[in-house]
Amino acid sequence: MIECRDGEQVEAWRAEFWRRRESGELTVTDIVPGARTVLLDGVAPGTAELLGEWPEPDFAQLTSERQIEISTTFDGEDLPDVASHWGVSVPEAVDRLVNAELIVAFCGFAPGFAYMRGLPEEWSVPRLAAPRPRVPAGAVGLAGPYAGIYPTASPGGWRLVGHTGQELFDVRAEPPALLTPGTRVRLVPA
Amino acid sequence: MITVVRPGPLTTVQDLGRPGYAHLGVPRSGALDQPALRRANALVGNPATAAGLETTLMGCALRFERAVRVAVTGAVATVRIDKVPVDGEVIDVPAGSVLDIGRATRGVRSYLAVAGGIGVEPVLGSRSTDTLSGLGPAKLADGMTLPIGDATGGPPPGPTVEVADELLLGVRLGPRDDWFAAAELFSSAYAVSPVSNRVGCRLAGSALTRTKLGELPSEGVVLGAVQVPADGQPLIFLADHPTTGGYPVIGVVDDVTPLAQARPGSTVRFREFH
Repeated sequence: MIECRDGEQVEAWRAEFWRRRESGELTVTDIVPGARTVLLDGVAPGTAELLGEWPEPDFAQLTSERQIEISTTFDGEDLPDVASHWGVSVPEAVDRLVNAELIVAFCGFAPGFAYMRGLPEEWSVPRLAAPRPRVPAGAVGLAGPYAGIYPTASPGGWRLVGHTGQELFDVRAEPPALLTPGTRVRLVPA
Repeated sequence: MITVVRPGPLTTVQDLGRPGYAHLGVPRSGALDQPALRRANALVGNPATAAGLETTLMGCALRFERAVRVAVTGAVATVRIDKVPVDGEVIDVPAGSVLDIGRATRGVRSYLAVAGGIGVEPVLGSRSTDTLSGLGPAKLADGMTLPIGDATGGPPPGPTVEVADELLLGVRLGPRDDWFAAAELFSSAYAVSPVSNRVGCRLAGSALTRTKLGELPSEGVVLGAVQVPADGQPLIFLADHPTTGGYPVIGVVDDVTPLAQARPGSTVRFREFH
């Protein structure tokens, strides 16, 4: 596992490891980004020494291979709460979300659940004190500095700002997740 | 075709799992005791990748429509054909007979391989039931039917692994051992908690002391990771573990296989593994 200073460095290393795996320089089963780390699981012996020789990749040089628009209806139950956290009106809060340039930082919690960064740190919102027992599939929410979309119905503590009808995870698709790490995402009004 | 007569509390289809999708939040899943499943598959001439069944503590009972060779490995349990106990791991089941895997008297999980493998549709390259995310076939239920596949050509069987009552697990410290008084992990004995499952083996014992406070940003976790939640009681991640977690991981167990057969109350100790 390597430690990174921020989400941009995480994405730069994730993309670099991915590229080196594709080109046959790196043998690894799973490349798993986190908030501040990239985990390599199932590596060949000697990989640690190999990593030390690779120069640090530059996030600014990355060209994202995937750009996705998520058609979103901004009708989330917690949208007024989020707006008041930000000290703006509900329409202004929606504008902020629509104008945000999001990027998938990492996945977790459930198959296809993407933690998207790109909202300014100072817009972070706390999770709900008590999670909802059931959040429907397609619900768009915020928690901490991240935006996320529930791929399947589940319990959840994110603050819901809207919903989408787009399918987030399909085992017949390749890749099965719509929002893979590094994907650039825009929330577009439905 | 196989018909479920008695599903047991948790019997699932398992193969070697679906590693390679962790970056999308998909758990690896797969048999908890892989040597036992591999041996069962090899005994009936299946490739190592064939799917079998994994039972939990109470076994299961199945009716076979046609005559087939099966193998039962893993936990120590009485196996019966039409109520008559049979010896040996390899059993030729006559057409129409009921195979009953009894309660585990040692260990937890029995593995049943059927010549040809369990032929359910694979999901993301695996037939395993993932109890965390729900991917793969549903757990066995009364009256459910399972197709038999046509997998052939396997390796010779590996050795039987004895089920141990006391576990001494090798642990590589890190990545977050500096968040704890890590030496404590090697000085105390823990008991396997009854709330353990395919996601993780929960341990009960003296709580580990946190030396670094604060919240850990979510990071990737691996099979065998020893995660320490707020209560200080370690939890060892097994096959259906989440792919990222927000509690610090003090170390990683080098081989989780013995935990697949560790009954609630069993003693677990750790030794440092370099």
